[in-house]
Amino acid sequence: MNPTTTPTATGNGHAHDHDHGHDLERHGHHELPFWRKYIFSVDHKVIGIQYAVTALFFLLFGFSLMMIMRWQLAYPGQPLPLFGKLLGETAMPGGVMAPEFYNQLGAMHGTIMVFLGVVPLAVGGFGNFVMPLQIGAPDMAFPRINLASYWIFLPGCILMMAGFFMPGGAAQSGWTSYPPLSDIATSGQTVWCLAMVLIITSSLLGSINFIVTIVQMRAKGLTFWRLPFFVHAQLVTSFLLLLAFPPLEAATVMQLMDRLAGTSFFLPSGLVVSGEQLKVAGGGSPLLWQHLFWFLAHPEVYVLILPAMGIVAEVVANNTRKPLWGYRLLVYSVIFLGFMSFVVWAHHMFMTGMGTTMSTFFQTTTMIISIPSVVILTCFIMSLYGGAIRFNTPMLFATAFLPMFAIGGLTGLPLGLTASDIYLHDTFYVIGHFHYVVAPGTLFALFAGIYYWYPKATGRQMNATLGKLHFWFSFVAINFVFMPMFFQGMAGLSRRLYDPTVYAHGRGVQALNVVISMGAWGLGLAQIFFIINFFMSLKNGARVTENPWNATTLEWAAPSPPGHGNFLTEPIVYREPYEYSVPGHANDYSPQFKAEG
Amino acid sequence: MDEKVYGWWLPPDVSVHGAKIDQLITVLHWFMLLLFVGWGAFFVWTLFKYRAREGHKAIYAPVAAVATKYIEGAVVVVEVFLLFGLSTPVWLAYKNNPPNDAEAVHIRVVAEQFAWNFHYPGKDKKFGSGKLDLIGGDNPLGLDPEDKDGKDDIVTINQLHIPVHKPVYVEVSSKDVIRAFNIPVLRVKQDTIPGQKIPIWFEATAPGHYEIACAQLCGLGHYRMRADVLIDTPEDYAKWEAENAPPPQEAPAAAAPDTAPDNTPAPEKK
Amino acid sequence: MSDTVIPYMVKPHPVTGIPNGKFGIWLFLASEVMLFGALFSSYVLIRTGAPHWPPEGGLSSEILNVPLATLNTGILITSSITMVLAWASCKLGELPKFKLWMGATILLSFGFLIVKYFEYSHKFELGHYPSHDNFYAVYFTLTGLHGVHILGGIVVNSYLLGPGSKLWATDREHFTNRVENAGLYWHFVDLVWIFLFPCLYLL
Ligand code: HEM
Ligand SMILES: [Cu+2]
Ligand SMILES: [Cu+2]
Repeated sequence: MNPTTTPTATGNGHAHDHDHGHDLERHGHHELPFWRKYIFSVDHKVIGIQYAVTALFFLLFGFSLMMIMRWQLAYPGQPLPLFGKLLGETAMPGGVMAPEFYNQLGAMHGTIMVFLGVVPLAVGGFGNFVMPLQIGAPDMAFPRINLASYWIFLPGCILMMAGFFMPGGAAQSGWTSYPPLSDIATSGQTVWCLAMVLIITSSLLGSINFIVTIVQMRAKGLTFWRLPFFVHAQLVTSFLLLLAFPPLEAATVMQLMDRLAGTSFFLPSGLVVSGEQLKVAGGGSPLLWQHLFWFLAHPEVYVLILPAMGIVAEVVANNTRKPLWGYRLLVYSVIFLGFMSFVVWAHHMFMTGMGTTMSTFFQTTTMIISIPSVVILTCFIMSLYGGAIRFNTPMLFATAFLPMFAIGGLTGLPLGLTASDIYLHDTFYVIGHFHYVVAPGTLFALFAGIYYWYPKATGRQMNATLGKLHFWFSFVAINFVFMPMFFQGMAGLSRRLYDPTVYAHGRGVQALNVVISMGAWGLGLAQIFFIINFFMSLKNGARVTENPWNATTLEWAAPSPPGHGNFLTEPIVYREPYEYSVPGHANDYSPQFKAEG
Repeated sequence: MDEKVYGWWLPPDVSVHGAKIDQLITVLHWFMLLLFVGWGAFFVWTLFKYRAREGHKAIYAPVAAVATKYIEGAVVVVEVFLLFGLSTPVWLAYKNNPPNDAEAVHIRVVAEQFAWNFHYPGKDKKFGSGKLDLIGGDNPLGLDPEDKDGKDDIVTINQLHIPVHKPVYVEVSSKDVIRAFNIPVLRVKQDTIPGQKIPIWFEATAPGHYEIACAQLCGLGHYRMRADVLIDTPEDYAKWEAENAPPPQEAPAAAAPDTAPDNTPAPEKK
Repeated sequence: MSDTVIPYMVKPHPVTGIPNGKFGIWLFLASEVMLFGALFSSYVLIRTGAPHWPPEGGLSSEILNVPLATLNTGILITSSITMVLAWASCKLGELPKFKLWMGATILLSFGFLIVKYFEYSHKFELGHYPSHDNFYAVYFTLTGLHGVHILGGIVVNSYLLGPGSKLWATDREHFTNRVENAGLYWHFVDLVWIFLFPCLYLL
């Protein structure tokens, strides 16, 4: 078994056969003890895998929460078979979900998926593992800060989970945690805030590291316009994390003050909660939280999508066997997206009663920001045009990303325009919209990335048949999950409803809830292919050499898996990132790191 | 209530301003569908045509795709039209120019965990003033029994009666947390923010019995923040008003205009 | 720990002109600007929304102790100067002098915290906790967070003065860079106070 492949990152120290051959060969230095090598490692690859495995676990966990919720939505008030009894009498009295518990699951699903799942996988996982390799660096600029970043993140995750064991349960005010509701919520919310502070701190450390690494540590010859698109995407993402997260940190500190020190940052005067006047000074503003929250959370959606686009670019270029179409345009577009994402946040707040000047401003910026997304999609589809497309597993996921992201993007239009948002705001239409972006969009891209770079991380290929099964079942199921949500939203169904059948307009679309839930559980089953494949291939996957996909970027110059220090010889870059099918060259790929064609 | 009106798409629109919103939503979805189908067809065709196979090689030189420029240009033009041609005018007209009508009905909506209180000013068209200290079990709004403006006020819980064909000015607020006052068939949605009174308006075009929903998570009872809206014919509305008006306890004092600034119910502009 | 050689740890990068650490610290400060910027904006928003500021009446300068805060401003500015001197001593190759000035910086930082302690405890004696009203909420949150930054500075500076200074023997330039970075941070913390002082105490 190969050292870097094992999921010891999670800390389950089962036995390994210590086969450190290639490390010794190349460096001939003394062995690091096990815990320095795999647990508190400073190696960007180990940290990347630690992030990825943790994030995959939380993605599965967050998804499981949703699979439980889907029972209540499909069959409101009926006892959940099998699991219902296990979750305890407070959460599920008589096996039937309590409304408080539904709200906890909803808030935790959102929080976990975004902050503990997708971002850690896309940035902490892929960013950490792939980016230094792609720029030909031996490691991150600050390996020990990288270590700290993960080891602040993990306690944050554990703390977030601890919320479930607080009196009154976990945070239940939505992942958006709007005060006053969150200010007066049970103590699970305090834990949520503390966990967020840790997670934000960890991501700040990470983003500083990323930016410095990309700017300072590129290999010889690797100019800005020779960087793989994935690196550009990570760079912009890091800037977003760096600058957008602190305001949420400030807001979280204020919410903590409100909750623990009795201040009134977000509490206006004259609140009456269940017939009792709230004993606080008052004078605060509930909308202040929303501004600070969305100042982060809109850039955050680009944090969720940009790395995904980066992965898709890599996989598409590799499997069309031709250069990306409009590479520079793509880069300009993501930079523009990054800038614009700081001035659109209030489109989440059109219904708060803001002035018309402000709403017109924000809907205009929102329409402007949709243009680069159109450009990016165009570039991707034109990259397919004229290719010789290989449909391997990564490519299937990357290809599916395109129409799925298109649906997610298009359905953003009616939500970004004030007049139509009056009707659609906070309905299931919104849930459908952003899930098309983050689930069959980002998640599919992340799967593409896993299948694509797995050989680099482990030295073995994942099984292609299982991969195809995983893809096709997921692809079909996920559309059954999210497509019906648009119709529910059109019918006016509000989001975050424990029992939609309370409403006549909810009863009108209740049949769809059954469809969605079936889809979600089917999607859950489809992941079994992936889980089996992921673990089986560690042992049984076909061994690969350093460049199994015949790719051009630098990570494929390093051994699979790369040892400590990454490259056997210092890489030098001779050309642009995606020189595939260059006329007159011997192969249909001309790697960046080879002088001859 | 008629269940059958609610289906898988927009429910019927019984408001004066809603038609424009529906129009925008419809246009948008045709536009989205057109883009998606056109784009998708090209996408599928490309995947098929350029699949890897024996003897097929990828083309290195970038295709000069003039068409994409035109399509992107067209998308921009359409978006500008949607933005400044359809959305903004509708929004501005709705937000900035509520109909000016002396006959209009004024109602205050005060939300709490977990009910909607509706406060009507009664015959004198003046809202009785409320005091925080008076809020209690049978006085959810804390109305001051000493205030003569409040003597004829009507307060209902989870039942909103409005007359058809008359503008209704509603001022929404909340006692505790944020929620959203949402009447799907009237195309009305407004967050209720504690500490703020936010004016909105609508006018129903047909009588009927529909639903009010809460669109913003407000706690464990969010799902049952449901209320009924009854759009009455003028006669029915008058009848309801008369039946629900509190019995007069004393002869109404002579009209005392312009005394209580808090009671001027005209919705604020802007 | 690792034999991996990270380029530009010490020497400046030919294009950016700075080594990694300095670049990192500037990025960190950018995020700090966003953090305090968000808190300042919140302060402005809450204050403009209040019918009177401070809500209980009177003037900020009457409620808060301006002389003590002025003293603290003096202390911090002096500590910034000693910090520069500490760095300059490194540049000149004089470690003992560095230790002197760094020690002075740390002492001054403690001085700042001690003055803050008296300010806080006086407020608490009067029963003026953060919950009193939003004036106190803003005051305690902003100065508290700033205080945490001072503490962070003390930790870093003490490390450089104590165990961290071993690096001097092996890599002077690297050590000097570290002192410089700590100095950048310290000046930033100073600057935040120079904003806080008028905004909270005087206006
Ligand atoms: C792939 C399987 C997924 C399914 C079946 C699913 C399903 C759902 C559903 C039905 C809701 C609405 C719950 C309600 O309104 O009561 C929801 C909310 C949400 N989901 Fe997902 N989701 C999935 C993946 C994701 C991913 C990958 C992300 C983020 C990256 C995500 C982020 C969220 C967020 C932020 C919310 C809002 C939570 C809130 O209301 O506070 N979901 N999800
Ligand atoms: Cu947004
Ligand atoms: Cu609600």
